[in-house]
Amino acid sequence: MKEMKLFLGPQHPGMHGNASVHMFVDGDIIKRSYLLPGMLYRGFEKQMERKLWVNNIALIPRVCVPEPDINEMAFASGAEKLLKLEIPERAHWIRMIILEFARISAHLMAYGGLGGPTGNYTLMYHAHADRNNILDIFEKITGARVYHQYIVIGGVRQDLPKGIEKDMHTFLDSLESRLKEYRDLGIDNASIIKRIKDTIMLPAEVVWELGVTGIGMRSAVNKAYDIRKVAPYARYDQVEFEVPVSDYSDARSRLDIKIKEVQQSINIIRQCLEKMPEGPVRVKPARGQSMRWTVPKGHVYSMVESSRGEFGYYMVSNGGTHPYRVGVRGASYPQGLLGIEKYLPGTRIDDAALWVDTMGICSPEIDR
Amino acid sequence: MNENNKYPKSSIFRPLRHIKYIFKKPVTHPLETIFTKKNADYLKGVKVMKSSKAKISNPRTAPDNLRGFHINDWEKCIGCGTCGEICPTAAITMVERHDLPKVAGKLQQRPVIDYGRCCFCGLCVDTCTTESLKMTKEYIYADSNPDSFQLMPTETWQDQEVEQAYVKNEDTDLLDLERVEMEHIEGSERINSYIEVVRGYSKEYARLEAARCVECGVCTASCPVQMHIPMYIKTIWEDDIEGGLRQIYETNPLPGVCGRVCTHNCETACAIAVRGEAIAIRWLKRYIIDSAPDDMYKKIFTEPVSEVIDAKVAIAGSGPSSLSAAYYLRGLGYKVDVFEEKSRAGGVASFGAPQYRIPDYAVEKDINFIKSIGVNIHTNTKIGSDITFEDLEKKYDAVFLGTGFFKGRVLNIPGADHPDIMGAMDFLPLTRDFARGTLKLEDMNVKPSVVVVGGGDVAFDVARNCIRIQLQKYGKANVLLTSLETLDILPGSDDEYIEGKEEGIKFRLGYGPQEVVVEDGKIKGLKVWKCTRVFDEEGRFNPSFDQSQEEIFEAEQVFFSVGQAPDYSYIPESLKDKVKIERGKIKADEAGKVEGLDWLYVGGDIFRGPDIITAVSDGHRAAVAIDDYLYNKAKKKEQSEYFKEVREAIRFNNPEPALKPKRKRTLI
Repeated sequence: MKEMKLFLGPQHPGMHGNASVHMFVDGDIIKRSYLLPGMLYRGFEKQMERKLWVNNIALIPRVCVPEPDINEMAFASGAEKLLKLEIPERAHWIRMIILEFARISAHLMAYGGLGGPTGNYTLMYHAHADRNNILDIFEKITGARVYHQYIVIGGVRQDLPKGIEKDMHTFLDSLESRLKEYRDLGIDNASIIKRIKDTIMLPAEVVWELGVTGIGMRSAVNKAYDIRKVAPYARYDQVEFEVPVSDYSDARSRLDIKIKEVQQSINIIRQCLEKMPEGPVRVKPARGQSMRWTVPKGHVYSMVESSRGEFGYYMVSNGGTHPYRVGVRGASYPQGLLGIEKYLPGTRIDDAALWVDTMGICSPEIDR
Repeated sequence: MNENNKYPKSSIFRPLRHIKYIFKKPVTHPLETIFTKKNADYLKGVKVMKSSKAKISNPRTAPDNLRGFHINDWEKCIGCGTCGEICPTAAITMVERHDLPKVAGKLQQRPVIDYGRCCFCGLCVDTCTTESLKMTKEYIYADSNPDSFQLMPTETWQDQEVEQAYVKNEDTDLLDLERVEMEHIEGSERINSYIEVVRGYSKEYARLEAARCVECGVCTASCPVQMHIPMYIKTIWEDDIEGGLRQIYETNPLPGVCGRVCTHNCETACAIAVRGEAIAIRWLKRYIIDSAPDDMYKKIFTEPVSEVIDAKVAIAGSGPSSLSAAYYLRGLGYKVDVFEEKSRAGGVASFGAPQYRIPDYAVEKDINFIKSIGVNIHTNTKIGSDITFEDLEKKYDAVFLGTGFFKGRVLNIPGADHPDIMGAMDFLPLTRDFARGTLKLEDMNVKPSVVVVGGGDVAFDVARNCIRIQLQKYGKANVLLTSLETLDILPGSDDEYIEGKEEGIKFRLGYGPQEVVVEDGKIKGLKVWKCTRVFDEEGRFNPSFDQSQEEIFEAEQVFFSVGQAPDYSYIPESLKDKVKIERGKIKADEAGKVEGLDWLYVGGDIFRGPDIITAVSDGHRAAVAIDDYLYNKAKKKEQSEYFKEVREAIRFNNPEPALKPKRKRTLI
């Protein structure tokens, strides 16, 4: 039979973000495939060099839309390392709250993403409805729903609004009680279990070969490699949480870990709310007006654990008002670009969307 | 498979439990709840909305913190454009609005935001100098006309009062409102000598202070010479002293003097001063001059002056206006001769302001540079006796008068003719000579207890000089300063008051002197009445007193610092009727040209007054006017391109009348 070319995305209910998977199929088996992630390309890294340290905050969250806060955190903490800046204690805890909410929100989006390719739209609607509640909380704290621009060099932009703790607790309680429902609808749902069990495998060798991190790695090699544990930032060393792992990485296992991580994030946020001290939330990185803030000469790699794995910013400063060079390590680069090219072939067409969903892929961070 | 991966038994029935959610309220925000009436009307016409049965009227209320559309309070906004500078998406442009009043500290422009570009980051709000720009809870706007997304925010959004949401607070503020501290010599230490009070910024501190500037340029319009203030502050921040020196000399040839004793209207107008402490513009200028080595000066302005236009200009007096005129005329290619009656050039900078404010070396640095470009300064040459006015008229193509107000005035009250009574301008030149060592302590007629009458900066100069002399002469000081004005309307600067108090001046403000009490030929004190008002309803100077509150301030000597007077004795009889004098000042046109006499120009105190920087602007303007008059008359020769550039720059920077900012008192 003649080989046929098919596109998954960018306009496709099973596609995540502004990318397209080009597939050459024989029957319904993918023979060759590659990712075209450039639908959103706007030269983030180059643009960052042309923006001030202070107003880069408007650009960097766009490197990953569903989970923008990791960018802000990596950028801000990198610059703080160069500045040798101690930020206020409370800011660390607020940052953790924000980052964990972002993680939950990204996990919900990915978990709900299971709904599109499997025809189980209820799951997607529910996940998005809960994500919407998180966006409401973000809106109250930061003033924006998606691009929060909240974690800045020197702390966070402003203190939490009054009464937000109550909103958070209400939401966390409700989400926690619903996690079981999510399992029922998704990974324990007999009507779709065949699509995800023992299929879309990620063997440990592939993890080592490509350099996959995050859930992909943890689900395959049984190792708790999590930046929050191995190189704690903010105050992750002062909260208790587990890193769920597994030694068998099929789609179900990875989704299972996502749900478990949501529970861990809920626990972390509760601890943060409990342990968070009062006090200032921001220090200015330098004297003078913000457009004349400079960062000392040097280079730094700062990393955070995103919902998809290790996410890092390599930043070079020449002592000026602008970063000299910023390089982003997108967590989904290995599995997203290389994985799709090398390991998607051999699977069936209908697995492609689930492959993209469960591996954790965010296209702008691949082509930034 | 490890134990983490033990799943419960899967079931096709369990998902059915979700049926319960059919009976629950949706948690998302349906479309019909988010459109406002205005937008809904538009959207109804759009295809996608035609099918939906949107019930429109119940917009969801955004949280208190939302970064929505902007509003801008035009009363507060000064048009500084900092919002546009920081905007990461270049969405904000400043648009000229000439219908706005032209006042000091405000620019005639307002921001326009292109919502096709805006990303609602709110940095414009964070960096707003005045807190006029705010964000609202409004977040929906739809229109078929793309141009309508360019909006000039006003106090309302879409002509409706709206709730403000994201506003600036202490954490989000991106400006630095606190001035970098300037080191002063302690009051108890400085009164023992004429050491300069203000130490000046170190490089590190100057750069920190310069980093506070937002480069808006509202200061420039308030400066009588329109110095390129944001530009030279930027050079400090960039550590480019040569660039700064170049910027400064384009508009001001006396930066060493102005960096120390300027009245700094620029700082009063400064955008940062709206909410915080103004940029220390004066000290930053001084920093450039103090840190510029002599050879750097040579690079700035040597080439053009090698070319000369065949015309000569005489300048009477060597004060700020004269030196400024001399400098620019020389730059324009003329031969310039300056005639000074005293032994030193500099006028009020050398003989008025005290040494602890402006030391001789600073004045000399400025003057030496002016001399180095070829200006001839003839000291000890009095017009009228050493050279006649007619000679000037005959030998020179144009004459500039900048002879200043160098006679002290004494109030016409009983007892004021006593020999121990002095006017400020008779006393201050002596103190300068004393500080230099040319006059001895015995020559200084200062008694152990002194009353100084007057509330301006000059009165403080007299009082603080008296303290220094008394301490050396008698070992203790006793100086009382009295003025008509109370502290809230005291004309002297805040710095003078604070420093004077530190040095031990006693204050009795709000009294009017009535008589100098003299007994047996010796002054016993000053009789005063309480002053009930200084200005009348129309704002004119018209003091009234309460006789019942009479006091005598005991003192052995009284100094009057109640204004100064000119000396026009050098103007010959033949010109007396042509030169019109009004209230002590010579009448002339905007540029200082005396009416009816094309060749005669005036500047400084005898023309406009009242401060050094205005005098410098007079000199600059007169130089350009003299050039207008002489350039065509003179025999021109081929000029180099560079000379033409310099000439154009001098003419281009010709200052316009300055806007006077409203003074803000910080003392009370």
